[in-house]
Amino acid sequence: MNNLEKRKLISNIALSLSVIAALIGIFWLVFIIIEVLIKGLSSIDLSLFLKDPAPPGIKGGGLRSAFVGQLLMSLVATIIGVPIGILGGTFISEYGRNLKISRIISDVSDIMMSFPSIVVGTFVYAIIVKPMGHFSGIAGSIALAIIMIPIVLRTTEQTLKLIPWELREAAFALGAPYYRVIIDVVYRSASAGLLTGVILSIARVAGETAPLLFTSFNNPFFTLNMNQPMPSLTVTIYQYAMGPYSDWHKLAWAASFVITITILFVSLFSKWMIRRFKA
Amino acid sequence: MRQKSLFVKNRIFMVLTALSAATVAIVVIAMLVVLTCASIAAIKHFGVLHFIFSSQWNPVKKIFGGATSIYGTLMTTILAVLFATPVSIGIAIFATQICPSRFRLFFSNAIELLASIPSIIYGMWGLFVLAPIMKNYIEPALQAIFLPIPVVRLFFEGTPLGIDILTSSIILSIMIIPFISSISQDSFDLTPKELKESAYAMGATKWEVIKDVILPYSKIGVLGGVILAVGRALGETMAVAFVLGNDHHIHLSLLKSSTTISVTLANEFTEADFGLYISSLFYLALILFVISFILLGIGKIFVKRIEQ
Repeated sequence: MNNLEKRKLISNIALSLSVIAALIGIFWLVFIIIEVLIKGLSSIDLSLFLKDPAPPGIKGGGLRSAFVGQLLMSLVATIIGVPIGILGGTFISEYGRNLKISRIISDVSDIMMSFPSIVVGTFVYAIIVKPMGHFSGIAGSIALAIIMIPIVLRTTEQTLKLIPWELREAAFALGAPYYRVIIDVVYRSASAGLLTGVILSIARVAGETAPLLFTSFNNPFFTLNMNQPMPSLTVTIYQYAMGPYSDWHKLAWAASFVITITILFVSLFSKWMIRRFKA
Repeated sequence: MRQKSLFVKNRIFMVLTALSAATVAIVVIAMLVVLTCASIAAIKHFGVLHFIFSSQWNPVKKIFGGATSIYGTLMTTILAVLFATPVSIGIAIFATQICPSRFRLFFSNAIELLASIPSIIYGMWGLFVLAPIMKNYIEPALQAIFLPIPVVRLFFEGTPLGIDILTSSIILSIMIIPFISSISQDSFDLTPKELKESAYAMGATKWEVIKDVILPYSKIGVLGGVILAVGRALGETMAVAFVLGNDHHIHLSLLKSSTTISVTLANEFTEADFGLYISSLFYLALILFVISFILLGIGKIFVKRIEQ
C-alpha cells in the first residue's frame, strides 16, 4: 500500500468515526423519546388531568393538582420574570449599550443560564421559605423567575440588537423621545423575537425540578393558594418515580410524556420563529 | 411643559430598565452573600480545607465533610466529559464537513433537542430504562473484560446494580453533547475558507484538512465549549439523583453508588433537622456556586474570544 492509499484510508476511517458519532447522538435522542412515548402513551388517560392523586397504594387517581400547580407557578414566574428580563435587556442594548457594566451584566446572565438551578433553590429557601416558616407556591415561582430573568434578558438583548439603527433615527428625527422610540418602534419591530424569548424561557422553567424541591415542595391536595406548599408535575414525577408503587410509576411516565411533548413542541416552534425573525 | 414631561417619562423608563438589568447582578451578589451567611456556622465549625477533604458525613454524630460529595461531583463530571467530547466533536465534524447542507439544519436541530429535554426526564429514563440495561448487560460485560487486568480491575469491582457512577456519567454525557457539539460547529464554521481550500489544493485529504487546519484553528472555541459543559455537568441534579444512589462513601469503583453536591442537597435539604446540618448543606451549595461560576466564566471567556 503506497502512501497516498494509506492517507486516504486513514481519512475514510476518521470520517466514518464521525458518522458513527453522529449516529450515536441521534440514537440517544430517538431512544429517549421513543421510551417516553411508549411508556407515556400506555399510561395516559383522561383521569390524569381530571382527578387528584389517590392516597398511596390505592389504584386510580390523576395529577390534576400537579398540573394546576405547575401552571399557576409558571404563570406567576412569568409575570415576575418577563417584565424584568425584557426591561433589563432593553437597558443593555439601548440606554446602556456603551457602558462596561452592561457587558458585564450580559456576561453574568449568560453564566446564570447554565448555572446549577438547585443552588437557586437553596437561595430562595434561605430568603423566603425560612423567614416565612413554610414552603409555598410563591417561593417556587420566585425561584423559577430567577431562572427566567437571564434567559429573557439575553434573548431581548440579542433581538433588539438586530433592529437597524436607522429605524430609531427616523423616529428620533420626528422628535420622539427615546422611551417612545423603544416602545413604539423597537419593541414593535422586535415583537416576534421577544415573544420567542419569552416562550423559550417558559419552556425552560416548565421542566425545572431542582429549584422547586425546597421552595414549593409538594402537596398531595389540590390548592390554588400560593401561600401553601404547591404540587408541581416535575416534583411529583421525582417523588412517584422514586416511590415503590407501580401505579405511581405509571403516573410519572404519563406526566413525563406530557412535559416532554409540550417542551419539544415549544422548542421546535420557537426555533422556527427565530429563523423566520432573522430572515 | 410637554417637553419637560416627556423628559421625565424618559428618565423614569430609563431608570426602570436600569434597575431591571441590575436585578441580575443583585441576585448573583445576594446569592453569594446569603449562602455564605447561611453556611457560616459550618465554616466556623469545620474550616475550609478540613471540610473539603474530610470524607465523614455523619448526621447522627454531627460531623460533616464535603469530600464524598465533591469526589462524586468530580468523578461523574470528568467521566461525562470524557465520554461526550469525542462524540460531540465527531458530531460537529459530521455536521459541518460531511452532512449535505440540506440535512444539516435538520440534523443540528435534532441534536439540540437533546438539550431541551428536561433533566427529570433523563433521570426517569435513566432509572427505568438505562439502569437495567447497564446492570444486566453492559456492566457484567465490562467486568468480564477488565476484572482480570490488575489495577484497572479496581475501577470495576462490586456487584453491578446499574445505580452507580458509570450510569450517571453516561446520562450526564448525553445531556452535555448538544452544548459541546453546537459550540464546536460554530467554531468550525469560522475557519476561513481560504485556509481550507489551500490545504485541499496541496492535496490534503478531508481528514487532514480537519485535523491540521480546522481543529487547530478552532481549538479555543471547542475548549470553551468543553469547559462550559463541565460547568453544566457539575451542577446537574435531577438526571443523576435517580441513578447515583446517595452514598456518602468514596469508592474507587465506577460500579458503585456515590453522591454529588447537588444530589446531597436534593435528598437531604428538607430532612436536615438541626442548624449545623443545614449549615453544612448550605456550605456545599456555596462550594458548588463558586466552582460553577468560575468554570462557566472561564468557558465564556474562551467562547467569546473566538467570536471576535
